[in-house]
Amino acid sequence: MSTSKWDVTFLVYRKKGQGTPHYDEFTIKVNPDEYVLDAIERIWAYQDRSLVFAHACHHSTCGACGMRVNGVEKLTCITLIRDVTADGGKVKVDPLRNFPIISDLTVDMGVLYTRMDEVGHRPVLPLSEEPAEPGVKPVKIAAEGDIIRLADCIECGLCISACPIANTTSGYLGPAVLAGALQHGLDSDQHLFSLVEGENGVWRCHSAFECTEVCPSYVEPAGKIMELRKQVIWKRIFGIAK
Amino acid sequence: MSERENKPNTSNWFMWFDVRHRDIGDWAFVLHRLTALGLVLYLGMHLIVLGTLTLGPEAFNSFIELAHNPLFIFGELLVVAAALYHGLNGLRVGLTSFGVAIPYQKQLWYVVMAIAVIGSIIFAISMFTA
Repeated sequence: MSTSKWDVTFLVYRKKGQGTPHYDEFTIKVNPDEYVLDAIERIWAYQDRSLVFAHACHHSTCGACGMRVNGVEKLTCITLIRDVTADGGKVKVDPLRNFPIISDLTVDMGVLYTRMDEVGHRPVLPLSEEPAEPGVKPVKIAAEGDIIRLADCIECGLCISACPIANTTSGYLGPAVLAGALQHGLDSDQHLFSLVEGENGVWRCHSAFECTEVCPSYVEPAGKIMELRKQVIWKRIFGIAK
Repeated sequence: MSERENKPNTSNWFMWFDVRHRDIGDWAFVLHRLTALGLVLYLGMHLIVLGTLTLGPEAFNSFIELAHNPLFIFGELLVVAAALYHGLNGLRVGLTSFGVAIPYQKQLWYVVMAIAVIGSIIFAISMFTA
């Protein structure tokens, strides 16, 4: 870790209640090998205790600290300051797009969680139910159900924020939700099939691939959406999802 | 899903065209829409021009004279470039939409752009030297 300190100015989005949105500037000394979240915490601790932001785990597992850093969706807990600015430079921090702003950098992601539930996505699942990836052999386990793994999607909402379609169609299920729908395939649940092939499902995607670009967990939501499209067509023609 | 949720938020449409900080996929998405709008506009103008045929040969011939103006030819070149890009990127979107070459969507876009640019240059030489 570097021992030299940088002077960095953070332009932080502020909005309280019905107040007018604006940016506040905070110049602090940082170690360039710290993370953006560390700097935001320090701003809150030493300069402005009214700054509202969300975070929890500090190691990219909880998905709570998603923000736009210099316009790009990032998990701030794993975004190095040296990767987004230079000594004497600026870092602009905004809340995620396409979600209602609660206060400052915190958004209401309730609609994402509700939709993830609606498509039956489970954040943890038995290893035996792990969706098969192309070229990867299924894992044999001795006692089925004993071993669980975290699903790749951490429900951070970065993909929804980056998606241009979610920007204009709030009803669009969105990349994370559609990727979550693929977890069990389309054969098991007619309601899920209706959701996925409906007007706000897979056909609403316009292939901008921004979701895959910003996903910190390598879920590749765009690829999952395309896979769902194949399943929808297969099910429509042959009655079963391939 | 409520009716409110289904209603597109058209006040944000201009943000589609804000490609700052975005990656190649978004640039491709935006260019696809801009070229589509340009081609629709051209189609309308084309039909209006064809409509001059109903006004007799003099009206149509006078328009054809205007079409020899270099500015007009440049406009036609833009139509060719837009059609090349839109058609080729449509193939890229069609392929990736059904799971073909998804990991290579960026490389595919480079190929699309290369063919569109080279094709436009060939058309430009042909149109301005004819």
